Amino acid sequence: MEFKDYYATLGIERNATQDEVKRAYRKLARKFHPDINKSPNAEQRFKEIGEAYEVLQDIEKRAAYDKIGSNWQAGQDFKPPPNWDKGFEFQGREYTQAGASQFSDFFESLFGTRSPFTRAQTFHGQDPSFYRKGQDLHAKIVISLEDSFRGSKQTVTLQRPTVDANGHVFTSPHTLHITIPKGVTEGQRIRLEGQGGAGIGKDSNGDLYLEIVFASHPHFSADNRDINLTLPITPWEAALGATIQVPTLGGTVELKIPPNSQTGKKMRLKGRGLSSSTVSGDQYVTLAIMTPHPANKSDRELYRKMAETMSFNPRRHLGVTS
Amino acid sequence: MKTDIQCTVFDETSAYCLKDLCRLCRVHAQFIHDLIDEGILSPQGNNPKSWRFGAVEIKRIQISIRLQEDLQVNLPGTALALDLLEEIEELRSSKSLLEQLHALEKRV
Repeated sequence: MEFKDYYATLGIERNATQDEVKRAYRKLARKFHPDINKSPNAEQRFKEIGEAYEVLQDIEKRAAYDKIGSNWQAGQDFKPPPNWDKGFEFQGREYTQAGASQFSDFFESLFGTRSPFTRAQTFHGQDPSFYRKGQDLHAKIVISLEDSFRGSKQTVTLQRPTVDANGHVFTSPHTLHITIPKGVTEGQRIRLEGQGGAGIGKDSNGDLYLEIVFASHPHFSADNRDINLTLPITPWEAALGATIQVPTLGGTVELKIPPNSQTGKKMRLKGRGLSSSTVSGDQYVTLAIMTPHPANKSDRELYRKMAETMSFNPRRHLGVTS
Repeated sequence: MKTDIQCTVFDETSAYCLKDLCRLCRVHAQFIHDLIDEGILSPQGNNPKSWRFGAVEIKRIQISIRLQEDLQVNLPGTALALDLLEEIEELRSSKSLLEQLHALEKRV
């Protein structure tokens, strides 16, 4: 087990006052709250900060922690000395910090486990002695645009807090096979009833919320239900009109480009976006005319011929003549 | 392992009445009234009986609960934080759109 330097976690000196502990915690908690901070390690940091504060805000716990000594370095292999907590009275006391759902093994070896139900209880208002709703869990699931287009089966493994017969909390990996219906969009959430943290009593498990995140796609991007694609075309296809093949998430379709099309022209393929059973999305194709490089003498000749025979000044509106 | 998991997608068609919403988010109706009074939630419908709450409301309620419990933010502070968070989200998505456009320009 690794030793945790709670003072370093909060960025304070060992002789910080209780007010300084509180100030440092408040500041960091705001900064790393997972609803506010979108970096992937924010949740982990938030938990660590909560754990550090749980110990340092409580004078008894802090004194006990300090007694272990300042010789320890964070990350060092740690085992609590026997009877180290003698003379301190924090066992079995309610924990105050409601944010962090779980504390580290290091914390638990020193101060015991805490109930995972604090959050649910606060708002639930039911008799806590017989029925306790488990915690809601939140996670992200990354799927491809194709998965959303067709609907998909996904396997997710989560660390789920569980309570054993003695009321001890531990995490165990939990694998779920879920069917995600077609037409989910980025940021949407799926609720899996009863798949959150374990509770006490019938149907008391919390729920699991999965937020959809799209893996980036080499060609397509999604804007809610609509799929965007930039489609390169030749100058002659743009000028004369053409029927060309366009990739969509559901396979290739043919698109008729009208004559005199320009770069930036947006065309809609109805119903080719991310459609659910009730709402449909479209694919938007934005044309981009590509100018071919003249590869040889005859290519250059062709360009020269165009320059001679076609009177075209794309800068006329800028008031220049050539 | 359970194979039959009840799965609900919250999308633009989701609509919950006050009672179902309270059960779903495990809050008292009074808490919902408070959030409405603060302008955090704006359900469809004119009176509590006809109120319908969607995916956005559910998310806002859950974030409100977490902000209040974890950071001791009061209601006006929660409302402000939610508005700012949504604005940041919009800015982020338009920023990534711009970056995609720039990448495309470079390729062309």
